[in-house]
Amino acid sequence: MRDVAIIGVGLTKFGERWEVGLRGLMAEAGLAALQDAKISSDEVDMVYGSTMASGRFVGQEHVAAMLADQLGFNNVPATRIENACASGGSALRQGYIACASGAVDMVVVGGVEKMTDVTTSEATTALGGAGDQEWELAQGITFPGLYALMARRHMHEYGTTEEQMAAVAVKNHENGHKNKYAQYRKLITVDDVMKSKVIADPLKVLDCSPITDGAAVVVLAPLDKAKKYTDTPIKIVSSAQASDSLGLAQRESLTEIKATRIAADDAFRQAKLGRGDIDLIEVHDCFTIAEIMAMEDLGFYKKGQAAKAIADGETRLNAKLSVNTSGGLKACGHPVGATGVKQAVEVVWQLRGEAGDRQVKGAEVGMTHNVGGSGATAVVHILKRVN
Amino acid sequence: METAPASSWRRQNASYNLVGNKCEKCGAVYFPSRIICKNCGRESKLREHKLSGDGEVYSYTKITAPSDTFKDDAPYTIGMIKTAEGPFIEGHVVDNGKDVKIGAKVRTVLRRMYADGEEGLIHYHYKFELI
Repeated sequence: MRDVAIIGVGLTKFGERWEVGLRGLMAEAGLAALQDAKISSDEVDMVYGSTMASGRFVGQEHVAAMLADQLGFNNVPATRIENACASGGSALRQGYIACASGAVDMVVVGGVEKMTDVTTSEATTALGGAGDQEWELAQGITFPGLYALMARRHMHEYGTTEEQMAAVAVKNHENGHKNKYAQYRKLITVDDVMKSKVIADPLKVLDCSPITDGAAVVVLAPLDKAKKYTDTPIKIVSSAQASDSLGLAQRESLTEIKATRIAADDAFRQAKLGRGDIDLIEVHDCFTIAEIMAMEDLGFYKKGQAAKAIADGETRLNAKLSVNTSGGLKACGHPVGATGVKQAVEVVWQLRGEAGDRQVKGAEVGMTHNVGGSGATAVVHILKRVN
Repeated sequence: METAPASSWRRQNASYNLVGNKCEKCGAVYFPSRIICKNCGRESKLREHKLSGDGEVYSYTKITAPSDTFKDDAPYTIGMIKTAEGPFIEGHVVDNGKDVKIGAKVRTVLRRMYADGEEGLIHYHYKFELI
């Protein structure tokens, strides 16, 4: 396996993008990535496109070929990757493997989701497919409901409070406030979260990531060729993924996402790095409890200790460890198929020192953590600036 | 959500009678049934196994933002139930006036789950009742 670098990134504004469809979102992010990488369309060898449920949201499948066509990559192999909310991270990993193997040189990885053309309850139904359709969704268990079951048990076992969960949303809105691509840029308070509408108790609407339109694209190249295109290639130092039972009921624990722990341990092993080497992380905060559990399962805090640490401000921008500098899924938005790719875009900007008001000082190593469903898939990448 | 009648029919032994399966080789009990035992792989010896329906609440939530299928039922309570035989099962906790809490004892009851519109099939399913 050879070293692989990200040489270009592109992102759309996230939010309710009524004026643009699936095709337009992909083209917008794709063009930005090509311009950033300073490559021409005919240099691209392969495309991976990710979306979770474009068929449910807009009736369109076969999106990787559409992405390749929109960006003018004449006839290159293009393949869609679907892994629920971890589709983007999974596509990035497939692109990494393809490039690292030597099979192809330049790979474009694009994630997209166009979610606002359907009603909220239709979106809830589509997202429910990330869990077990027969034994969860068909029984009235919504996707927030699954995380609510985890949250309640976490509260019971570790004394985690609703206010501590709310503090995750407050912190992520603080970061989203500084990100021009974010869906929500408004500052909120713990009180705002506590008083927001209950979705699946103890989770309230401000504990949940929103319904978002958006796309993200990255360009991968072998590290030895990357210098030709950029002075600051961002090396993918590890790419790890794990799976678990589709349904929550079949897991070993309700308060741990085991796939995250396995993928994280593998990622640190591959990178020969420790937790202390990480300067920033984009974690999968589809719900506030998910960020708390992620910080424990990734190995940054012992089980039951992350909630207090987050509420105490340890993971705010430029505090002990900067977490979700983009605003995370909560404030930046969560176009499900795009999220895993967008996390890499944010980390690349941070490692290049291009993150503006939300720049993590001296950032050299960053990490992404993307979860599918209630934890049936977890994908972890570690990225490093190459000087 | 329209459900194919065959889809409900395939699951009726589980949905109506709480029948899962048990591996005679290692003793593991599964609900819903698995084709292959997680411990024994292709050496599995799985046989039908009916659960008692007894269990306790391990976690719970009240759903106030449901999918289309359940929009007329909200709010309703969903429990993660630890069954007496071991497997965890997620399902509705019916309102019988008792307060749901972690550790509360439950038993299964058969109830109407949802209907495919005014004229369509009515789907029945196990739910849980607080004792």
